[in-house]
Amino acid sequence: MYTQALNSSDGDDRGVEDVARANQFQARIDADERIEPNDWMPAAYRKTLTRQISQHAHSEIVGMLPEGNWITRAPSLRRKAALLAKVQDECGHGLYLYAAAETLGTSREELVDGMLSGKAKYSSIFNYPTLTWADIGTIGWLVDGAAIMNQIPLCRCSYGPYARAMIRVCKEESFHQRQGFEIMVTLCRGTAEQKAMAQNALDRWWWPVLMMFGPPDQVSQHSDTSTKWKIKRFSNDELRQKFIDATVPQAEFLGLTIPDPGMKQNENGNWEHSPIDWDEFKQVLAGNGPCNRDRLAARRKAHEEGAWVREAAMAYAEKRKSRQRAQAAE
Amino acid sequence: MATANIEVSETPLVLYALRRADDALILGHRLSEWCGHAPAMEEDMALANMGLDLLGQARELYSYAAKVEGKNNDEDKFAYLRDVRQYRNLLLVEQPNGDFARTMVRQFFYAAFADLYWRAMMASSDTTFAAIAAKSEKESAYHVRHSSEWIVRLGDGTEESHRRAQDAIDDLWAYTGEMFTVDDGERSLIDAGIAIDPATLKPRWLKTITGIVNEATLALPKSDWMQQGGRTGSHSEHLGHLLSELQSLQRTFPGATW
Repeated sequence: MYTQALNSSDGDDRGVEDVARANQFQARIDADERIEPNDWMPAAYRKTLTRQISQHAHSEIVGMLPEGNWITRAPSLRRKAALLAKVQDECGHGLYLYAAAETLGTSREELVDGMLSGKAKYSSIFNYPTLTWADIGTIGWLVDGAAIMNQIPLCRCSYGPYARAMIRVCKEESFHQRQGFEIMVTLCRGTAEQKAMAQNALDRWWWPVLMMFGPPDQVSQHSDTSTKWKIKRFSNDELRQKFIDATVPQAEFLGLTIPDPGMKQNENGNWEHSPIDWDEFKQVLAGNGPCNRDRLAARRKAHEEGAWVREAAMAYAEKRKSRQRAQAAE
Repeated sequence: MATANIEVSETPLVLYALRRADDALILGHRLSEWCGHAPAMEEDMALANMGLDLLGQARELYSYAAKVEGKNNDEDKFAYLRDVRQYRNLLLVEQPNGDFARTMVRQFFYAAFADLYWRAMMASSDTTFAAIAAKSEKESAYHVRHSSEWIVRLGDGTEESHRRAQDAIDDLWAYTGEMFTVDDGERSLIDAGIAIDPATLKPRWLKTITGIVNEATLALPKSDWMQQGGRTGSHSEHLGHLLSELQSLQRTFPGATW
């Protein structure tokens, strides 16, 4: 569903590399050429992209859990089918993204191990619980909405495999976003209890969604090189602003109140929001959000309890291969 | 609970459609419980995919039951506002997921039947059933291929996977007989050419099952005792828990539109 500007700086090791090649590489980036897996690239570019794409993939996979939490309880068969299809899509997005990350030379198993051990991150938003059905609508509307804001520019990212994955992901994601908004419309036109459920979900998700765009520009550690390399095309704050400006009229349409009494529209028409609680953001990234432990525990449990199944598949594939070899030898 | 159960006029045709719809809904529900918890991402997708197919079949069958019944019921009322005693699914499909082997054996027993069943039902004199069958047959063909491959991998994989697959077969076997039984109402539909006689599918079902189980180096149980009851609403203790989860919102907020 989403990648986040959580990358911490890795240090810059381009100094040890061939300056001429680095210049050539930058010239290709500047000319808006796409970098492909067999092309030369600076080690730091490879590392940054591996981290960003794999975090994005982890987010898709962990993101199945908060929504998956409501599949068995979805209130109508139509909603249940849509939600199941959506979660299935997310798993598919995870698979595209792992494949894109693997073109940079790290295996999916290594990347997944990084996530399970807590070394690699996933989007902070999935550490919040889905407490009511309205949360499913809100996730579609706001979380997918924020993801799209972030991913559309990534469709033009300098690394070809990532950009192409994003084009496919964005198509499906916009569909999910509309479905989510439609759930909200239905709730807001429904009973007083349903409307209250929708407002409560917005109250709980609004600030965490704004945090999805990452820290404010003045403290974002990774933006300089990412911008220069055209991995990132807009700053965190620019995207956040774009999202808020697009979302405020949608909330008005729904008759819902954005839980920011200090928010006001400035002369340019942009909505200025109140300060974001960056301490909460840091706590969630540090593993102390409301669901961090549950999410990781669920992924680890699936991985560990599935080990015998994966081993069986491997053992069978081996047996089959040796039987075929023996047959061929006869 | 604020919302009462609906009343259903179980004419033979309504009951017939509801039984097949309930099979698909309950098995689809069980598969969807795996979401995010499968042994590999590919299996997360495959299980969700099959769950979604089954849910689609359930919706078509419920809608048809509602149309035939001609009252105020619809797919959601059938799914959300009948209690355990009104549900008509096979005992097999309500069995808990257990480990991956148990889920796959349950899937294999059912899909191997559903595949033959839907193919035969394409010849139903009831055009709606024939159309639902034509669509479902394409899906069940995929389900039976997927589960067969896993039975072979698990049975002929490691010692542990072999043991787990054999345990699952031994435990679920007694629920397979119900797929082939028929009551008087169904007999009248069979005589009218609307339904097919499932007993005629049993030899081919057994052949498929035996072939795969042998290839997997597993064995079918000797016992031929078969548990019955799902078709008449005498379920295992598992279904009540499943329904209380499935129906919670509709029961808590009566009459709301979602």
